[in-house]
Amino acid sequence: MSMASPFMYASPEQVMKDRADYARRNIARGKPIVALEYADGVLLLAENPSAMLHKLSEIYDRIAFAGVGKYDEYERLRITGIRQADLKGYAYSREDVTARSLANLYSQVLGQIFTDSLKPFEVEILIAGVGEEDGDRAELYHVTFDGFMTDEQKFAALGGQAEELKQFLGEHYKETPDLLGAISLGVEALRSAGNGDLATEQVEGAVLDRKLPRRKFRRLDTSEIQAALA
Amino acid sequence: MSQRDDLSDASRLTSSFTDFLKSQRPDLLPQMGPGTIETMEATTILALRFDDGVVMAGDRRATEGFSIAHREIEKVFPTDSFSAVAIAGAAGPAMEMVRLFQTELEYYEKVEGEALSLAGKANHLGQLIRANLPAAMQGFVVLPLFAGYDTRRNVGRIYRYDVTGGISEETDFHSVGSGGRDAKNSLKKLYVRPEEISLARAVEMAVEALADAAEEDAATAGPDPVHGIYPTVYVIDREGVRPTEPAEVERVATEVLERRTQASRFGGSR
Repeated sequence: MSMASPFMYASPEQVMKDRADYARRNIARGKPIVALEYADGVLLLAENPSAMLHKLSEIYDRIAFAGVGKYDEYERLRITGIRQADLKGYAYSREDVTARSLANLYSQVLGQIFTDSLKPFEVEILIAGVGEEDGDRAELYHVTFDGFMTDEQKFAALGGQAEELKQFLGEHYKETPDLLGAISLGVEALRSAGNGDLATEQVEGAVLDRKLPRRKFRRLDTSEIQAALA
Repeated sequence: MSQRDDLSDASRLTSSFTDFLKSQRPDLLPQMGPGTIETMEATTILALRFDDGVVMAGDRRATEGFSIAHREIEKVFPTDSFSAVAIAGAAGPAMEMVRLFQTELEYYEKVEGEALSLAGKANHLGQLIRANLPAAMQGFVVLPLFAGYDTRRNVGRIYRYDVTGGISEETDFHSVGSGGRDAKNSLKKLYVRPEEISLARAVEMAVEALADAAEEDAATAGPDPVHGIYPTVYVIDREGVRPTEPAEVERVATEVLERRTQASRFGGSR
């Protein structure tokens, strides 16, 4: 039979299911990321064998980005987010750039790619935001490959073993910890969920720290992570 | 939809915020129509090197023709953790240029994961000044000074520009603006080798030079104890960029004024 047969038919249900299975399968193979609200903001921890290629990064003054899955795809999403945030801050004012609006944009874009493109993005991302005042609740928006968005409370997990991680954190996250407590809980979660002998050198860490002056994003040194575990 | 274009075409993801604006929102770029009008002018700024970095300062006056348009304008702006820019010339376009420059530096740093080199930042500012050339031909000249701490070479550096964006590095000090010549002459008499100048001394010299400029140039304001308005002074060294506390600038400025009062009482120069 000639190629491009006009009689090949697949139901929309089947097409969507195949795409979702494809994305889900590849994301589940990726290494996980956890986010925890701590006393001064949000802690992000990623299992990452590379010290140079980041999974956690700064988007704007009070907004951070975490991505798992296909590197080039979450990198593209990250840069798009920085652009939109900088554009908005430049056109209006810095305080008008919010985590919620950015997460909404990601949800729209990923949803559209999921429906329109032959191949969905094999990524899952987390947009974290902190307020300016003590006592402001941290924001954690989890956006999946199909644009599905959830607003998580206190902690979030994405990538491989996300379910196990959430369960572990659900059992062990009690009162809002300080930074050291959050680091040790997060690393413990990563170890318990999969990689039992995960070395601290393979943990990438960053915080959104409300106490910092304007740009709240700060990367953690391996030594800081080690100190918390000592 | 611009986000979609970015996502489907990876080659669009450059590290330049200005390029992004050009392609997506050219309306947000600084631009000028034909004709000339009188606008607010920022006057005297200066920068000088000391043993561990650069001090950058500016007086607080802006003029519009023969009027004082603003008594408390700020002319020195930190542009990232290790650099600052001071502006002289058309204040509106200059401030817009600074804002674009600040956004550009931070955008690059976030996308690339590391800051531009100091020379890279200086060259980029040159390009922004060049882009302003059509406006400059109509009288909206923007002449900034750029200074920063070169974290790769551990040295403070000063860059000056001409109206076409031509760039040159100054080894010791420079001053621009309506009182720039007077401030520069003042610095020339006070200055020794940068290794022999402490931070405190550099701040004194900056305030002294601005006071000298104010005595000769009508568009430059001297220290104003009546209204409590003193120059803006920033320090850029290995710790980063930070403003000198207003109380400290006030103390230094008061000393400068007292010395002048004494000198003129005993028949010194005016």
